[in-house]
Amino acid sequence: MIRLQVNGEERVVGDDIDPGTPLLWVLRDHLGLVGAKYGCGVGACGACTVHVDGKAVRSCSLPVSQIGAKQVTTIEGLSRNGKLHPLQQAWIDVDVPQCGYCQAGQIMNAAALLNEKPKPTDADIHQAMTGNMCRCACYTRIRSAIKTAANGGTHAG
Amino acid sequence: MPVETISKFALSDAYIASLIREAEGLPAPALTELGRRGFLKLTVAGGAGLVLAFHLPAGEAIAAETPKVINAFVRISPDNVVTIYSKGPEIGQGIKTAFGLIIAEELDADWKTVVVEQARVNPKVYGYQGAGGSTSIPRGWDQLRQAGAGAKAMLIAAAAKQWNVPAGECTAQDSMVSHKASGKSATYGSLAEAAAKMPVPEAASLKLKNRSEYRLLGKRYTGVDNHKLVTGQPLFGIDVQMPGMVYASYTKCPAVGGKVAGFNEAEIKKMPGVLDAFVVEGTGKPVEVMPGVAIIANSTWAAFKAKDALKVNWDESQASKDSSTDHANKAKQISQTFPANPSVNIGNVDQAFANGAKTLEAYYDYSFVSHAPLEPMNTTAHWHDGMLEIWSPTQQADRGLGMVAAMAGLPEDNVVVHQMRCGGGFGRRLMNDYMMEAAAISLKVGKPVKLQWKREDDFAHDFFRPGGFHAVKGTVDKSGKLDAWQEHFITYTTDGKTEVSGGNFSTNLQNTTLAPNVRRATSMMPLMTPTGPWRGPRDNAQVFVQQSFMHELAVAANRDHVQFLLDVVNRDIPELKIKPGPNINFNKDRASGVIKLCAQKAGWGKKRPKGTGLGLAWAFSFGGHVAEAVELSVDDKKHITVHKIIVVADVGPVINLSGAENQAQGGAIDGLSTAMGLEISMEDGRIQQANYGNYPLLRIRSAPPVEVYFIQSDFNPTGLGEPAVPPLAGALGNAIFDATGQRVRTMPLKKLGYTI
Repeated sequence: MIRLQVNGEERVVGDDIDPGTPLLWVLRDHLGLVGAKYGCGVGACGACTVHVDGKAVRSCSLPVSQIGAKQVTTIEGLSRNGKLHPLQQAWIDVDVPQCGYCQAGQIMNAAALLNEKPKPTDADIHQAMTGNMCRCACYTRIRSAIKTAANGGTHAG
Repeated sequence: MPVETISKFALSDAYIASLIREAEGLPAPALTELGRRGFLKLTVAGGAGLVLAFHLPAGEAIAAETPKVINAFVRISPDNVVTIYSKGPEIGQGIKTAFGLIIAEELDADWKTVVVEQARVNPKVYGYQGAGGSTSIPRGWDQLRQAGAGAKAMLIAAAAKQWNVPAGECTAQDSMVSHKASGKSATYGSLAEAAAKMPVPEAASLKLKNRSEYRLLGKRYTGVDNHKLVTGQPLFGIDVQMPGMVYASYTKCPAVGGKVAGFNEAEIKKMPGVLDAFVVEGTGKPVEVMPGVAIIANSTWAAFKAKDALKVNWDESQASKDSSTDHANKAKQISQTFPANPSVNIGNVDQAFANGAKTLEAYYDYSFVSHAPLEPMNTTAHWHDGMLEIWSPTQQADRGLGMVAAMAGLPEDNVVVHQMRCGGGFGRRLMNDYMMEAAAISLKVGKPVKLQWKREDDFAHDFFRPGGFHAVKGTVDKSGKLDAWQEHFITYTTDGKTEVSGGNFSTNLQNTTLAPNVRRATSMMPLMTPTGPWRGPRDNAQVFVQQSFMHELAVAANRDHVQFLLDVVNRDIPELKIKPGPNINFNKDRASGVIKLCAQKAGWGKKRPKGTGLGLAWAFSFGGHVAEAVELSVDDKKHITVHKIIVVADVGPVINLSGAENQAQGGAIDGLSTAMGLEISMEDGRIQQANYGNYPLLRIRSAPPVEVYFIQSDFNPTGLGEPAVPPLAGALGNAIFDATGQRVRTMPLKKLGYTI
């Protein structure tokens, strides 16, 4: 039996699961949390990004057996007390998504960035977000939304 | 190659070619009166019961407060919530929001309380339900406006009857009908029940709004699904989960056309979590089901692990041996001789070359590319009670439904397809091969089964944008105008007779290369690798050739490039004149408009910082006239920094300014990404690129700012999924020449040593 701390709750996954199963598939298939997405399976696109103890990780390449007691946060657990995270609100206000498939991973990665650097420069954003691919190329708006959230919701342009 | 294999591949390719033709058939600006009337009657007659049946769980009684279905596009509930059904696939092009806005505009609904839901797949009610060729907006424009206006007329009629006043004295705004003289007003919610019983208005009686009357269209709106997207709610095909669901992987021969001679069945079946493994013979057509091994497991990961352990003995006697190296060598050889049978021959090209002031020849080539949408192909299928039920992220659910029914030998009424949101399309999901595979597997499994492709499957089994080779020759006359254009296109064929889908001359280019002497010919090399429509089919590559060579000629003639382009698009060549027809066509004034504004916004002709280059190109593509400019620097290691991209588009009136701008920015950056670094190559029939590691889509650090300007007009609106892609590569190449004097004639540019 595997016990996981996900979005502030303990979740139990049955014995029949392969301990090498990547966290992504445990979240999606076993816990019904489908916000983190499968894109490449090799940590090259960032669509599966979640937080483990506050750090952005690629859940497609992280075996569930390595999580232990660490806190897992997914996009479903990013908003607190019914209030959207500033990045989620900025993503809506700036109208970032096209197909939207990568956006949960983008937001989780950006949230980890803002935890470390509350006022990131373009260079900080580029460095932190380069592992998150957007096939629709919403990059100009991703930059804008991160800055908007960092500015307390004011559209940074 | 056996005739049977070739004919199946040819049929498969012909199907895709028909898809592209359908996509290109932009509709007439207005429907016939008969068509309009027929639509409204059909919609209401067929729609009312169906929509209710779809949205209420089976067996649930229809309560008195049931929301009232006004027509198949509009439902209004007593609390005044207006639900609008979006009939097409959302693939990231933003039509779920745009369709909602178009209907809400004519309905005069309060956008704040509008909910947009995905319509069921039923072409008998909704007509065309695909998304391709940037035609969702132009095809839907009249139909959706009439749906909104028709519903509003019924609401007004209900209010007028209730108040005993003439309908003509009532007005509607923000989901409310008012009668000024009596001071009466009523919400749509309170009128819905009575409105649903009113006669359906004649199409001729509906007055659609002029552009000046719009309350909603043309402003900025955030996408209707954005809240769900940013909170991780299930929307996509891959998110489908059902009680008792099992998971499948499917493995096909890495060289298309190979068959299963055997596999390590006993070993696979013993693996943890594996429930079954079996061979699917398939139909032998790439657009349907190719032979392979299906593995059924109790989780995606178990299905993937077993797939990785799978050892298949492939019979490759009829499989592809395609080789990109061979293609390039052969094409070069073929290009030496211009064919004796040109497909276009206007004026006297040879004479023009003999008399020309400046004559140039050049050889351009570009690689195959993959669609690579971020959501790998998947479909959930459930064969139960004589019904085949399917949940699929597809661009073409209506066609998929018919294909699945035909394959399963079922009446179409026994197949239900649920349209799921698509994690990107780019043309890939116009083909429903993965839906067909899931259907075939589900017929054997009898439980809900989710087929999930791995990323590697997506790269190995795409319908690629075909590569191509163009030997071009052009001449400029003494007045500095384009006088002759000769183009030898070396492309591919499946059946030996016709070009592969997506690999024939673009008519858009034929209509915009306006010279008095034009000669074109095509040569073809055999190909088994499937090809298909890729965002802006044909134009996405051929505009690069056209716009780069136009620039070469302008430079050679010492002409200002913008003036040269304006001369070309305004040239009156009787043989190339487009006959007025149903399609939205090239228009010289719209072309001139975008070229001029783009030049102005880019600071054309002004002094620029040292070491920077500015390039411009334009295209008429999929109904849109778009010009783009690229400003960049190139260092001595050929590293490119793009400072800015300018996009100027004329697609008629803009529906949602935010969505339109997003499409234009994304299209331009997709064009940059593809031109710089994307290449699919094949050897021994095998695709050489397996994952994003060797298919380097552009990342945020290389994404420049993109300024977007729209020239809005009273032409009917056209789509924006595609037209912003084609001009970029030409503008990029022309900017590199401006900065360095080096001409790029190969895509991707990484093959020439450039990086970004």
